[in-house]
Amino acid sequence: MKGTPRPVTEAMQSYTFSRRAWLLGTAQAGFGLVLAGRMGWIAVAQNRKYSDLSESNRVNMTLMPPRRGWLIDRHGVPIANNRTDFRVDIIPDRLVDQDRVLASLQRLLALPPEEVERIRLDLKNAAGFQPVQVAENVDWEHFAAVNVHLPELPGVAPTRGFSRHYPAGAAVAHLTGYVGVPSAEQYQKSHNPLLVTPGFKIGKDGLEKTLEDRLRGTPGAKRVEVTARGKLVAELATRPDVPGRTQKLTIDAGLQEYAARRLGTNSGSAVVLDCRTGEMLAMVSMPAYDPNSFSDGISHLEWNMLSDDDHVPLMNKVTQGLYPPGSTVKPMNGLALLRAGVSPSERVFCSGALRVGTGVFHCHKRGGHGPLDLKHAIMQSCDIFFYEMVRRLGYDHVAPVARAVGLGQKFDLPFASQRYGTVPDSQWKRRKYHDDWTVADSLNASIGQGYVLANPLQLAVMASRIGSGRTLQPSILADQVRDSPPLPLQSEHLQTIREAMWGVVNGGGTGGAARMLTPDVALAGKTGTAQVRRITMTERASGVLKNGSLPFKLRDHALFMGFAPADNPRYAIGVVLEHNGHTVRNLDTPMIARDIMTYLVDRDRAIASLAEVEPTWGGDIATRMAASQASYKAAQSPRPAAVATKTDGVVPTDSAAVEAATDLANQTQAALTGTSAAGDTVAETGSTERSDE
Amino acid sequence: MNRSLVPEPLARLPWRMILLVVAIATFGQVVLYSAAGGSMQPWAMSQGVRFYMFVAAAIMLSYVPERAWRQGALPVYAVIVVLLILVELIGAVRGGSQRWLDMGIRLQPSEFMKPAIVLACARFYDLLPAGETRKFSAIWPAALLIGVPALLILKQPDLGTALMVCAGGATVVFLSGVPLRLFVGGALALAVATPLAVNFLLHDYQRNRVLIFLDPESDPLGTGYHISQSKIAIGSGGIFGKGFLQGTQSHLDYLPEGHTDFVFATMAEEWGLVGGCLLILAFILVIRWGINVGQAANTRFARLTAAGLATTIFFYVAINLSMVMGIAPVVGIPLPLVSFGSSAQMTVMLCLGILMSIDRQNRRTVRW
Repeated sequence: MKGTPRPVTEAMQSYTFSRRAWLLGTAQAGFGLVLAGRMGWIAVAQNRKYSDLSESNRVNMTLMPPRRGWLIDRHGVPIANNRTDFRVDIIPDRLVDQDRVLASLQRLLALPPEEVERIRLDLKNAAGFQPVQVAENVDWEHFAAVNVHLPELPGVAPTRGFSRHYPAGAAVAHLTGYVGVPSAEQYQKSHNPLLVTPGFKIGKDGLEKTLEDRLRGTPGAKRVEVTARGKLVAELATRPDVPGRTQKLTIDAGLQEYAARRLGTNSGSAVVLDCRTGEMLAMVSMPAYDPNSFSDGISHLEWNMLSDDDHVPLMNKVTQGLYPPGSTVKPMNGLALLRAGVSPSERVFCSGALRVGTGVFHCHKRGGHGPLDLKHAIMQSCDIFFYEMVRRLGYDHVAPVARAVGLGQKFDLPFASQRYGTVPDSQWKRRKYHDDWTVADSLNASIGQGYVLANPLQLAVMASRIGSGRTLQPSILADQVRDSPPLPLQSEHLQTIREAMWGVVNGGGTGGAARMLTPDVALAGKTGTAQVRRITMTERASGVLKNGSLPFKLRDHALFMGFAPADNPRYAIGVVLEHNGHTVRNLDTPMIARDIMTYLVDRDRAIASLAEVEPTWGGDIATRMAASQASYKAAQSPRPAAVATKTDGVVPTDSAAVEAATDLANQTQAALTGTSAAGDTVAETGSTERSDE
Repeated sequence: MNRSLVPEPLARLPWRMILLVVAIATFGQVVLYSAAGGSMQPWAMSQGVRFYMFVAAAIMLSYVPERAWRQGALPVYAVIVVLLILVELIGAVRGGSQRWLDMGIRLQPSEFMKPAIVLACARFYDLLPAGETRKFSAIWPAALLIGVPALLILKQPDLGTALMVCAGGATVVFLSGVPLRLFVGGALALAVATPLAVNFLLHDYQRNRVLIFLDPESDPLGTGYHISQSKIAIGSGGIFGKGFLQGTQSHLDYLPEGHTDFVFATMAEEWGLVGGCLLILAFILVIRWGINVGQAANTRFARLTAAGLATTIFFYVAINLSMVMGIAPVVGIPLPLVSFGSSAQMTVMLCLGILMSIDRQNRRTVRW
């Protein structure tokens, strides 16, 4: 303590001070410990959490789109692969003089002004390290030009990426579908950053869409160190992408392309199945869009052209087109009759017309066929025979056989939308229309009209099942083994029908034009015609109008189903040509089916046959598409601005527009169905089978 | 140290404390060097030059006799209050608040108030007869002395400085020996008044800071961004830090104010818990030295001043570190000797100068 004594109060004050100062010092040291403890808690106990946060601050990942898995055919030929794609991006952070660089790029790449404006906008919104797309699918000359000028273009990054390529173009459009930029909704749903990466495409339709998970792969990542303001500091190690897995299909790429070309100018579809396994060898719907240009994003012009086309190129007719199968159901009818105990030798006299109640049902042959047994009725496609037989039997005995051979059935295939038509019977009508089944309904159904609707795939399945005698299930992904138990039908009955179908083509029947070009392989089949309009009493009196003189939408559908070789079925085919009207022989079903089947046994002969006729249609598919696009463009020329603007190419074939087109195609049929139930008008329904003799 | 070789006035300086302060400041410059991306410019160099000028000034101040501080305390206080009023009236608007007085050089009077309030309160209790200590007349003049500048500063608005002025004054009142129940009552009153003040007295941005402090994750990219990023910097540093010049939070600009208010986070990221604890320890030692100067002083004014100024330094450090570590709202108090900027550096060196002056006085008395 201090030397000199002080007054008591002073001393007390001094004592109080030193006590309180000590307290204060202790409290301060204590608080120091609290701070050290707090720091220890953050830095040691929560170190992992904060290290992660710091790392995610520091490192930014720029995703690199993965290479998409290939689609290959049964022999390994690529149906969809990836093409090296030269693209030019801008890294906003490294851009020095935006206006000058954009001006040079516009000159070097011949960019339209709209694109430059788009790039400007993207640059404004972009984070500094995130590349902004300048152009993709740049050709080599332009790409090289940019590379040469690179030293004067800081921030410009020419890169090699990959874009989807379909070597066969439109021929595989409805099989593969196409890829495109993911939609904003898709990103909102998953918030997967890959979806907004430049150059990334997602399956939009067909197999590309349904097999998306398998084909997509895992993106690579370019890891970069960035500042809080997005400035790029350094590039870190790059993680390579893992390409998507290749999917092998049952399709034969050569056959697929051949069938597409052979369909010519038709609005139609063709399906070829392997009769031993049910594997689909071809699945063609024409005309079609070019999936290559769809994947780049199509112009409004192209889109308008496709949606205006009455040949509905946006619809996959194989799975979505529904048609009255017409006379192609007659072999199936025969099976039902045999199963119900009708003798193959039992004859019906065809006089050309049959009166049922107040109505009159006509045969397609004006004078009638005279007396026929089942085989000849199928060969001549006689309507009266089946009217009479099914009238006796009732359609409820036919419907189960129709279902057994595949009509009205939905198949397990990787396509988003399948329409599977109708096999009507009395129960079905009661459920649907709350009405009784009439004899007229039976008669209409017996010639594949009325309520009966089928898609082309079902026709092919029907042919394959009759040919093989087994319940084949169509498949399109390779190595899918499916059970195919025998049909619940007697093999003698099937043999009888096969012989009749052989006769259709080779025995003086209605399908003589389908006789194979190869002498040692025979085709067995059945032609069909589906009427899409009513033939009035007055028209029939004055002679039924020739299809050639009718507008496209009113012409008859032409159908064919069959298998080859007739004695040992390997392949089955179904062909449906919308509003074909049997007007041009080489564009009609029998010859098309013949050539497609010939391709399977003698490729060169089939190609020679096509080479003869293709030039008369205006060249191959690509040539015709280019020509029609040019003429459409010329017709639309007053609106050139629209050409430049790209859409995102969101045109799935199950969109409302395509549904509408499909419905339009079938609504004439629906109208017919509606009236056919009403007495007298039914009498006017009948097939207008074309005889090839 | 051999006294025979060193001149007596130099030997009488508290060298251990000075070395400690130099060590803290040098470490601060190392951190600023790193914060500038490994460059002496723009911060480390000027901070260092200024620091040694302030050290020289502080040593010069240590030769000012205690008597001069005692006599100057109240007049200086009065002048600063007048300056604060001037700031209120004509001060230049800067950064959303009026803190500066532009008189050739920019003057921030509120900064001087931090030591001045301690001196003024100490002087008041020095004048107060010992017998009056437990009476009401020992309280209200002190409350007035503290309240007037505190309100003026709060009005600028500068919550941090106002808090420090209050705390510095209150420390002296506490040390003067007024009844403890006043402090207990005061603490309770504060607990009641704080929510009210938050709602009615504070500016929007101040209220936001308090609310964000209570729940920093509610607004990670807004006002809470500072605290979040600061915690990330400290937390990712771990025990030994990421290494000199290796901090990513500071170098990539994720940490805002990494060279000023949040310089401790910049340091902790690179030097880790070890660097942080050493820095805290160094500050505690400097402050303890100041308290000990007070314990050793032989006048009432010197005792109160010394302990009060030491506590002022403590408040700087404590408030800043609490804020940086997310246990107090962001109030804009820098870390003295380390944060870039002259105000806090100057105030702390002024405090140390006065403390050294008292220390010199103590030794003389002992030797007497």
